[in-house]
Amino acid sequence: MTSMKNIFLPDRYVNQVVPTNGFTTFLTFFTSAAMAFLIVFSLAISFAADRLAQSWSDSLANSATLRVSAPLADLESQTEDALNVLSNTKGIASFRLLKAEEQQALLEPWFGPKVPISNLPMPRLITIEEDENGYDRVGLRLRLAAEVPSAVLDDHTRWREPLVKAAYRIWFLGWLSVGLVFFIVIAMMTLVTRAALSSNRKVIEVLRLVGATDQYIAAAFVRKFAFRSFFGSMLGALVASMTLFLLPSEADQTVILAGLRLEGFEWSWLIFVPLSFFVFTFLTARIASLSILRSVT
Amino acid sequence: MLLIVEQPFTRVWLQHRFGIKTKREVLVVIEMESVAYSYGEELLSELDISISQGSFYFLTGPSGSGKTTFLKMCYGSLIPTSGKLSVFGKDSSSLLRDEIAHFRRKIGVVHQDCQFLDHLNVADNIALPIRVSARNSLSDSVNLKELLNWVGLSHRSKALPPELSGGERQRAALARAIIMSPDVILADEPTGNIDWEMSQRLIRLLIELNHMGKTIVIATHDLNLIRFTKASVQARVLRISNKTVQLAGSDL
Repeated sequence: MTSMKNIFLPDRYVNQVVPTNGFTTFLTFFTSAAMAFLIVFSLAISFAADRLAQSWSDSLANSATLRVSAPLADLESQTEDALNVLSNTKGIASFRLLKAEEQQALLEPWFGPKVPISNLPMPRLITIEEDENGYDRVGLRLRLAAEVPSAVLDDHTRWREPLVKAAYRIWFLGWLSVGLVFFIVIAMMTLVTRAALSSNRKVIEVLRLVGATDQYIAAAFVRKFAFRSFFGSMLGALVASMTLFLLPSEADQTVILAGLRLEGFEWSWLIFVPLSFFVFTFLTARIASLSILRSVT
Repeated sequence: MLLIVEQPFTRVWLQHRFGIKTKREVLVVIEMESVAYSYGEELLSELDISISQGSFYFLTGPSGSGKTTFLKMCYGSLIPTSGKLSVFGKDSSSLLRDEIAHFRRKIGVVHQDCQFLDHLNVADNIALPIRVSARNSLSDSVNLKELLNWVGLSHRSKALPPELSGGERQRAALARAIIMSPDVILADEPTGNIDWEMSQRLIRLLIELNHMGKTIVIATHDLNLIRFTKASVQARVLRISNKTVQLAGSDL
């Protein structure tokens, strides 16, 4: 309790009993800033990946494509049959036969413009939008197999799933990075605490001589580290947020890292990150210093 | 067992100034029963001694004989390897770490090398025991200004420890040792690094404290200092010889 009081109350003596060491001050402050910068970026990547996965999932989940690839003589009749089947299927909000120009546009990235697709054995494509209840995919496939054997229903699952999986892997890696950075913060603070206690052995001896408890001595060190880490991480989070702010928006798809930003409640992490640093540093430095002090008579 | 019991001489004005109560009853503050200490090889053994409140002791012996170890055991920095050492009635080996810290506040220690925090000024160094005891103000203890004045360091209160002379450092160490109004003052070669005039000045302060009822134990080689002190106070001399402590004769 005394230790907590010494952390938060402005007792200048607790702050002063340990001399300020330039090296550990620099190390704690700037490492915390760098780590907070990395954490905010990892979070931004995670959130962006999550949004992307959601968007891919939503945009492809409610649509399907029916491909009719019959011999040229039967193509029109089978297309008509397929349209009839779709019009009698519950759960389909709309469907539309793609025009020849639209199909040409789809092929343009591969074959270039002005491809004479009328001379090619092109299948006919029908886009399907399902309503909120959805349609029975198995039932529709069975009906199509019976009535339009050349029709193939593509509900985009084979496209959607790998994309969504990839996006979630990025999301997971982002959070894993956050965890690893916090692990590094803990390791760093343990080492810094060890170094500080070791280089201030005389201070500890004097404090012990005058009756300071281990909690008091630990608080004197922990207070310094916790606040340096807090302010360092604030700086890092601030720089990271400014960098994110300057990145191109999602609309500009031609630029790498477009859409890497924080949205809505995600900005609250800019407060949460320095607070987490404070808590992690406080606990780590306190546990490390008490453990070291107990081992020194 | 060596048992020395003395009644403290009291001086009302100093007691008032430092808030010290008169203790009529005889209290044993440090008691050793077959105490031994070993750093691998045994340094001290079969120590049987009882030091009462208000007494004045010198601890002598050749270098490396164990004087510092004796004092360190008395203030809980070292725990005897065998035997029983009681300080203020508590077995030192059974004390928890926090308890050791708390009872160090009742024991003032003055070292030959005067350990200070070099980045704090003299006044802050002297006030350190009060700060670490979680007292928020100096009002419930001795007045810092008066204490600085008493040890003759009023004009040096803002100086940093490295800026002080040997004598000033020793007096500052003494001021820090007594600021919590401890019952016992242990001094390890307090005059080792200072001239005779400064030594006399320091010992007068210690005698004055003894007159206020404080128990004083001084480890020293300086026989002149012992003779000088014995002219003013009933001081006993303990000599460490052959790993144990003996009461020296009246020739000292």
